[in-house]
Amino acid sequence: MNASRRTGLVFFPAFDWAISPDHPEREERLLYTQDQVFEEGIMDIEGLTELKPRLASPDDVQRVHFCVPDIEHSVTESHLISAGGCLVVADALMKGEVDCGFALVRPPGHHAMKVVHGSRGFCTINVEAVMVEYLRHQYGVDRIAIVDTDCHHGDGTQDIYWHDPNTLFISLHQDGRTLYPGSGFPEEMGGPNALGTTVNVPLPPGTSAEGFLYVLERIVLPVIEEFEPELIVNSAGQDNHYSDPITNMNFSAQGYAALTERLQPHIAVLEGGYSIEGALPYVNVGIILALAGMDYSRVREPDYDPDRIKQSEMVTAAIRQTCDQILELRKSLPAKREKYVKGSQYVERTRKIFYDTDGFFEGQKETVRICQECAGLVSIDSWADSGRRILAVHVPRGGCEVCRATANRWFDNASTRRFDLVCLQDRVAGTYQVKRA
Amino acid sequence: MILGLDVGGTHTDVVVIDGDQVVGKTKMLTDEDNLIESVCFSILECTGDLDPQDIQRVVVSTTLATNAIVQKRMPPVGIVVVSGPGMNPDEYRIGEHYYPVTGAVDHRGMVIQAIDPQEIDILRTRLKNAGVERVAVVGKFSTRNPAQEQEIAHLLADAFPTVVMGHSVSGQLNFPRRIATAYLNAAVAPMSGEFYRAVQTCMERRGLMIQLEILKADGGTMAQERSLQYAVETILSGPAASIMGALPHADPHREEIVLDIGGTTTDMAVLVGGVPLLEPRGISIGGYKTLVRALRTCSIGVGGDSWVRLEKDRLEIGPERKGRAVAYGGPEPTPTDALITLGAATGGHRQRAAEAMRRLGYQLKTGVEETAAMVVEKTCSLIMEGVGRMVDSINQQPVYTIHELLEGRQISPEGLIIIGGPAEELALPLQSMSGWSVKVPPHHEVANAIGAAIARTTCEVTVVADTEKGYVCVPEEDYVASIDRQASTQEVIDLAFGLLKSKAFRLGADEDDLEMELLEVQEFNMVRGFSTVGKNIRVRTQIKPGLISHYREAAA
Ligand SMILES: [Zn+2]
Ligand SMILES: [Zn+2]
Repeated sequence: MNASRRTGLVFFPAFDWAISPDHPEREERLLYTQDQVFEEGIMDIEGLTELKPRLASPDDVQRVHFCVPDIEHSVTESHLISAGGCLVVADALMKGEVDCGFALVRPPGHHAMKVVHGSRGFCTINVEAVMVEYLRHQYGVDRIAIVDTDCHHGDGTQDIYWHDPNTLFISLHQDGRTLYPGSGFPEEMGGPNALGTTVNVPLPPGTSAEGFLYVLERIVLPVIEEFEPELIVNSAGQDNHYSDPITNMNFSAQGYAALTERLQPHIAVLEGGYSIEGALPYVNVGIILALAGMDYSRVREPDYDPDRIKQSEMVTAAIRQTCDQILELRKSLPAKREKYVKGSQYVERTRKIFYDTDGFFEGQKETVRICQECAGLVSIDSWADSGRRILAVHVPRGGCEVCRATANRWFDNASTRRFDLVCLQDRVAGTYQVKRA
Repeated sequence: MILGLDVGGTHTDVVVIDGDQVVGKTKMLTDEDNLIESVCFSILECTGDLDPQDIQRVVVSTTLATNAIVQKRMPPVGIVVVSGPGMNPDEYRIGEHYYPVTGAVDHRGMVIQAIDPQEIDILRTRLKNAGVERVAVVGKFSTRNPAQEQEIAHLLADAFPTVVMGHSVSGQLNFPRRIATAYLNAAVAPMSGEFYRAVQTCMERRGLMIQLEILKADGGTMAQERSLQYAVETILSGPAASIMGALPHADPHREEIVLDIGGTTTDMAVLVGGVPLLEPRGISIGGYKTLVRALRTCSIGVGGDSWVRLEKDRLEIGPERKGRAVAYGGPEPTPTDALITLGAATGGHRQRAAEAMRRLGYQLKTGVEETAAMVVEKTCSLIMEGVGRMVDSINQQPVYTIHELLEGRQISPEGLIIIGGPAEELALPLQSMSGWSVKVPPHHEVANAIGAAIARTTCEVTVVADTEKGYVCVPEEDYVASIDRQASTQEVIDLAFGLLKSKAFRLGADEDDLEMELLEVQEFNMVRGFSTVGKNIRVRTQIKPGLISHYREAAA
C-alpha cells in the first residue's frame, strides 16, 4: 500500500474531553473514526506518517486572539492540544517531510473570533488561525487561502481575516437564514483594506455533491487561482453529510473525497461533523485517501444511495444564481471600496455577537484605519453580558510606522477605569501587551 | 531445573538452570540440513550427566519459521477476504490465491451485507483445483462480529485441512494486518508443528516426559499443543529470547537499554522498570506487517564483523558484512580487528588485525592504535545513535487523550545491559561514551537460551462491550455473550481478567505467574439524539512479559 503524496496525519480524538456528557461535541465523537481508520490499516500506509500532537503555546494563541480575561481562564488544555496538533502538521509540511497533512483534532475552532469572551459553536480558539499565524511567524509564509467546507459559516475565521488582504477566506455553507450562526452572505466580502479576500457561498438546504463540486469549479478554484496563495488550508468540517443530525445538507463521503481531490489542500483541519457513526468514519477515510492520492472509490456509507440524496432542480438553480451573484459582486469591488471608504480615514462597524455555547451576547465597535501602506491597524471596543469590557488593538503583519504609532497611542491613552482589559497585539514587534484594571 | 533451548540460524544454544545458577551450557553450530539432529545432540550434550527427572520445564525458541518467511519458502495459502466498503482490498493482496468476496460488517459489528454461499462454493472448487490446502478467512471488523468468518470457514472446513479465521489471531483492529497474520499463521503452522513435535520426541528419547513450551515474540511462552493454533506468535522469538535473558539483570527502578551485539547487527530493546516494552501495533516480518504481539525491538546494521572502510576519507562501518575479522582470516577489517589490535579482545591473529588497522590508518594519516581507537569509537557512536533513534521514536508515539499528552511520559534510559559476542570488549567504550551504567551479565553468550528458559507464559485478551445492543465480544476467545444494559466498566474489566486467566492456564501458565495488567480501558457514552442510549466499553488486558516466579524466587 503506497500513498502517492506523502501525507502527515495527526489523530487526536481527545477521548477525555467533552462540552457536556450528551453534547454533540463529546468524547465519543471520533471513536468510530478511530475504529475505521485503524481497521482499514490507514496508519500503515507507506508514505503516510502519524504525527504526535503537542500543546500550542500562549504565544501561539496571542498571535491571533484577545482572550478575556486571559488565556489561562479562557482556554483549556484540550484546545491547546487541538491547535498544537495543527502546528505539528504545519511543521512537517514546512520541513518538507510531507506533501500534505490532515489534523483530525477536536475541539474545533472556526467560530472563534479575534476577541474571545467564551465559547461559540463549540469553539473557543480558532485552531486554523493559530496554525496560519504560526506558519507566518515561524516560516515566513505570506499568502494563504483558507477554504471552509464546514456546513456552518466560518464566521470566526472570517472575523479574524476580515481586514487581512493576504489571507483569502472562502466559506461554503448552508444558508445563514436556515442555520447557525446566521451569517455568511455574498455581500460579506471583507473590510475596506481587504475587500474581495473574503468570499461567502451560502448554499440551500438539500445541496448534494453536485452542488458542492459546481461551486468548487465555478468560484473556489478560479478565485484561488487569481489570488495565487502559497498554501491552501481546508477547514474540513463534515456536517454537510446527509446523515448529520444538526444540519440539512446531502453531501456524502464520495463527495467529500472528490472535493478534497480537486482542491488539493496542503493542510486539512477537521471542524464540525456530528454524525459520528454514520458519516465521520467514512468521510474521514475518504478525505485521507484523497489527500494521499489513493483510490477512494470504494469508500461508501453503509446506507449510501445516491438517488435518495440527489439535489432537486430548484436547489441546482438557486446555487447557479448565487454563483452568478458572487461573480457579479466581484466585478464591482473597486467601486464598492470607494463607497465604503468615502474619503474617511477610519471606518467603523458595530455588531452584536452571540455566544451560543455559553449563552450571552457581546457588543463590538470595531475601528480600522484606512491605510495605503499596510493592512491598517484595527481596534475593537468589546463588552460582553458576562461582564467584561476590553479594548483590543491590533497592528497587522507588515504594519506601517503611522499605524504602529497610532496603535501605541490608543493603547497608552485607554483608561483602565473604562476597560477591564486593554491589549495591544503588535504583529510587527511580535509582542502582546496587557493593561488591567 | 529448567532447560532453555535456542535454535538459531548459526548456533544452537542450550542451558540448564538450577535456581538462579546456570549449571550447564552448550553452544554448537546449527546444521540446517539436519536441524532436528543438531537439536537432539545439543540437548543430550548439555544434560549428559543429569537425571532427567530433575528437569521440570523445557522451553524452545527458534528462528525456523522466521527464516521460512524471510526466505519466502512458504506453501500456497488461499485467502478469502470479506472487505465491504472502504479501502480497495486489492491493496492488501498477498500471493496468487487471494479472493475478495461479498459481505460486510460495520464497526459496531452489524452485518450490512450478507455473504453469498454460492460464491464460496465456486471458490472452494477453484482453490481445490489449484492444489491449495490451507486457507485464511478474514473479514473487516470480524473482531467485532466473527459470524461471517465463521460461516465461510464452516463452508470450507471439510475441503481443507487448515482453515485459519482472522478474528482468532488477534483482537486488535487492523484488517490488512489481520489478513497478513492469518496468512502467515496458515502458512507456518504445519511446518512449526512438525518441528516442535520432533523436539518433543528428542526430549522423550532423553527421558524428559514433560510438555515442551515455546517462546513467543512477546517474550512469553505457550504450551506446544497450543502452538499450532497460534503458530504465527512464535515467529521472531529470537530477539525476544535475548531480551528475556537480560531481564534478571534489569534494574526495577529505572529505564535501561538491552543491547544484543552480534556479528552483523545489534538488536536493542527498552526496559522500563525491568519490563520490556511491547510493539504497539504488532511486528513486521519479511515485509508483512502483522498483529503479532511482540517485544519492541530495533535492529541496526552494526556488529563485531561489520565491514570497516573509508569512503571519501570518512570512516564507514557496516551495514554490510564481508566475512569474519581479518584476525580470523577474513577479507576486510572489522570492529573486532580494532578491539584485538587494542588488546581489548584476545584470540585470532593480532598481528594481522594490526596490519589491517595500519592500512586503514595510512589513508587516514594516523597511527595503528589511533585508527583502532577511532574504529571502536565509531562503532560505539553508531550503536548509541541507534539507541537515540529508538528512544526518540518511542517518545514520538501518538497519544489519544489529554491525560496521556500532558503526562507526557518520556523514556530516558540510564543504563545498558550488553549481551552477545563483543559485549565484554565494547562495554567500557560504550560506558564512557554514554555516561550510563553498563552491565555485562555472566553467560551472556547464551542469553537467548537463558531467556527462553526463564520466560513466563503470556497472553492478551481484548473485550468490547456494547450495552445498547447488550452484547460483549472477545474475538480471540470466540466469546460472544449478552451483557446487562446497566453493566459497568468494572464488570467488563472483571470479565476480561477472568478470561485472561483461563486463557493463560490453557496456554500452560502457572498459578504463581499470573501478573495481570490492564493495558487499556475506555468507556464512552453512546448518545443518540440528545440522550444516552448505552455505553461502549473497551478493555484490553495482558499477562505482563516477565520471569517465572520459580526463577525470581531463586534469584532473590
Ligand atoms: Zn459546523
Ligand atoms: Zn498602515
